[in-house]
Amino acid sequence: MVDSAGKGFRREKGVEILLALAASVSVLVTIGIVVSLFSETAGFFKEVSVKEFFTGTKWTPLFSPAHYGIAPLVAGTMLVTVIAMIVAAPLGLASAIYLSEYAPDGVRRLIKPVLEILAGIPTIVYGYFALTFVTPIIRAVFPQTNVFNALSAGIVMGIMLIPMISSLSEDAMTAVPNSLREAAYALGATKLEVSYKVVIPAAVSGIVASFILAFSRAIGETMIVTLAAGSTPKLTFNPLDSIQTMTAFIVQVMLGDAPFGSIEYKSVYAVASVLFVVTLSLNLIGTWIVRRYKEVY
Amino acid sequence: MIRQDEMFSPGLQNRQRRNRIFKWIFLSANLLGLVVLAALLVKVMRDSWGWLDLQFISSFPSRFPEKAGILPALYGTVYLMIITAVFAIPLGIGAAVFLEEYAKKSKFLSIIQVNIYNLAGIPSIVYGILGLTVFVRWMMLGRSLLAGGLTMGLLILPVIIVTAQEAIRAVPQSWRHASYALGASKWQTIRYVVLPSALPGILTGIILALSRAIGETAPLIPIGALTFIRVIPGSLFDSFTVLPIQIYNWTSRPQDDFRAIAAAGIVVLLVVLLGMNSIAILLRNKYQGRIKEV
Amino acid sequence: MTLESIISVRNLHVSYRDRKVLKGINLDIYKNRITAIMGPSGCGKSTLLRCMNRMIDLSEGARVGGKVLYRGENIYSPKIDPAQIRFRIGMVFQKPNPFPKSIFENVAFGPRINGYKGDLSALVEQSLQRAGLWDEVKDRLHENAYMLSGGQQQRLCIARALALEPEVLLLDEPCSALDPISTMHVEELIRQLKERLTIVIVTHNIQQAARVADYTAFLLQGELVEFGETSRMFTVPKDKRTEDFITGRFG
Ligand SMILES: Nc1ncnc2c1ncn2[C@@H]1O[C@H](COP(=O)(O)OP(=O)(O)OP(=O)(O)O)[C@@H](O)[C@H]1O
Ligand SMILES: [Mg+2]
Repeated sequence: MVDSAGKGFRREKGVEILLALAASVSVLVTIGIVVSLFSETAGFFKEVSVKEFFTGTKWTPLFSPAHYGIAPLVAGTMLVTVIAMIVAAPLGLASAIYLSEYAPDGVRRLIKPVLEILAGIPTIVYGYFALTFVTPIIRAVFPQTNVFNALSAGIVMGIMLIPMISSLSEDAMTAVPNSLREAAYALGATKLEVSYKVVIPAAVSGIVASFILAFSRAIGETMIVTLAAGSTPKLTFNPLDSIQTMTAFIVQVMLGDAPFGSIEYKSVYAVASVLFVVTLSLNLIGTWIVRRYKEVY
Repeated sequence: MIRQDEMFSPGLQNRQRRNRIFKWIFLSANLLGLVVLAALLVKVMRDSWGWLDLQFISSFPSRFPEKAGILPALYGTVYLMIITAVFAIPLGIGAAVFLEEYAKKSKFLSIIQVNIYNLAGIPSIVYGILGLTVFVRWMMLGRSLLAGGLTMGLLILPVIIVTAQEAIRAVPQSWRHASYALGASKWQTIRYVVLPSALPGILTGIILALSRAIGETAPLIPIGALTFIRVIPGSLFDSFTVLPIQIYNWTSRPQDDFRAIAAAGIVVLLVVLLGMNSIAILLRNKYQGRIKEV
Repeated sequence: MTLESIISVRNLHVSYRDRKVLKGINLDIYKNRITAIMGPSGCGKSTLLRCMNRMIDLSEGARVGGKVLYRGENIYSPKIDPAQIRFRIGMVFQKPNPFPKSIFENVAFGPRINGYKGDLSALVEQSLQRAGLWDEVKDRLHENAYMLSGGQQQRLCIARALALEPEVLLLDEPCSALDPISTMHVEELIRQLKERLTIVIVTHNIQQAARVADYTAFLLQGELVEFGETSRMFTVPKDKRTEDFITGRFG
């Protein structure tokens, strides 16, 4: 009796330890990302000064003379993501308002799956769509447009982000207690007034969080920009121009044959580190805001 | 006393008209999604018309578009998903069980939880670099199926953990108490009560995570998934390609015919995803039904 | 003094999905009087009240039959915009529900959306005065309303409704979330407000009805059992069920 109880206890303990190990993998992944990124990034900064990297305005690691100023990649990334947000923020918010305040149940049940499908379409497919469908339309309107351009990638990325903003903002809006809506209706407010004078202000932190998380997602998006936005690092604000984003640069080098240990190879890690730090910070801010508004109600 | 009618001008007709106009604006934001989805589907259908046939499914890539096919990519995708699943599912469920059933509420636990949420938000290309560094180089797995599968496994791990946690959390506490009352141990309770009733939810999460993995391209680029594969990978250490990589390769070529087979590849990819998602939706409906019964 | 009926409920039926909750109610609300609607929990008091300013439209699955006449006009006629009714007939809810905005903005909300033409600050002050809250908040008008106590929040909600100078004020158990002192304040306030407007107050508290109401309606399982002057009803109830309820012999 005592023996079998002891065995049972040991097995219970063993299982718990195994499960704890599984849970700790997530921490290992984070450590792994940090260590692997910074291992080569450190090597990169032995050869390129931190000052040049952050203040230089030319990015030409694959040609000589090589320049390693990240500004053009950051500018390219910003150009595409800002376009994406101009598309996604108003449309995503409008979609969320409709779903949370206006939609009858039946219509809602129709729209939600469409948004879920849009959210589930692989980015490579969006990339194909940008390059072969949206770009020709843009070029028909503005003939001076480059085959690869920030606008097409930005628009399609924006469309890709609509479901994300819509569903996160909708969550924030449905968390607004109904008693507030009733208070406004009882004063003779229209549905529109209830939406933008009561619901949106009350849900504003969640809405902002959805924008931040979408923005972070846009910065890290890779395939759309690789296919449609080009591979010419350029400090430009012209959306019709070919540019290169941080992610597209990483792909470009990874597809080439830069040998391990070369400076081009290391430059990928430096860029990826920037990408990681920026998106992680945005995500931390975004999830922090979401947690805070969840506590309020 | 002042009559209210003199002091207020509600102008309700105008306000209601504005309300109706905005209602249509808000609705059209959603209809736009539908329109884009339709345009996208029509576009790939039309581009791939005539290219998607048995020959395409059963051939190897080729310099000549009319001879090219996606057979190795299909095999690669299936093999990669198997490795990903074998790696990520037990880890993910294990982690979720630990976090929900064992871990005490503590600062450390909340750090792990925040960490998991944030892992889900890290760009997939960064996972690719993690895989390249840790699996391909440090562990010397080479540019192999195994390295790709492990990388993809890490990528979807947070999704599996979070959805499994939600499913486990939805199991009523009273069921656990009933099991303990019958003398079951903690692990027995989890094994025979909690996991079986959380299973549909967990499965839904797994399928959604795997369908994300199937469509991912970026993390496999640093791993070095190749596109000109002339043999079907036979071992964990063989080089490989997958559908999205193959599609990417064809799309990035300027010739129209390659675009056409890229579109054909997209159709195949979307069909696979559609199948997986239908299963997930079926499961979810069943699952929701069950929770209501409780 | 003749009694003028400002709201007349005529053969009102309400059901939620298939469940009938009001079965043919007929009731008159008299101008500048306080009418209490009392009855046990779930008998349909709130439903009846919400029918009087069409807030019932917002309850999912509710179907309304019959008429509610406001100044002789059926508010359920298709040409009536419910917002227009709610602008004239104010409502205060069971739980205080101030907007997460400043005290000032809470009171100013109604006047702003309804195009108030006068001096907004003066109106806000006047409304807070009438709600008996002015002295307590005059130095902190721009603080968030959530800083106030529950009782103060409820009086703020009353001030918010008063800012539109409604002819009728509907109160749905306005004191049920409040402590006795705050309840006393609100009851006192209601008695004062009677001068300017008509009040309908839902309560399941018999003493409260006795304390504040001129008229009382007793509702039971969706039916109006008895309606009349409060003093008469509490001394010589006509219906056995009313008597049981008043004397606390009720389930
Ligand atoms: N939105 C709704 N959907 C379905 N049923 C409802 C809804 N609102 C109320 N009911 C039901 O209608 C009946 C009457 O509800 P009502 O809120 O009018 O009662 P009440 O007299 O105000 O009760 P209480 O004193 O508890 O507030 C109740 O049985 C309630 O369950
Ligand atoms: Mg009620």
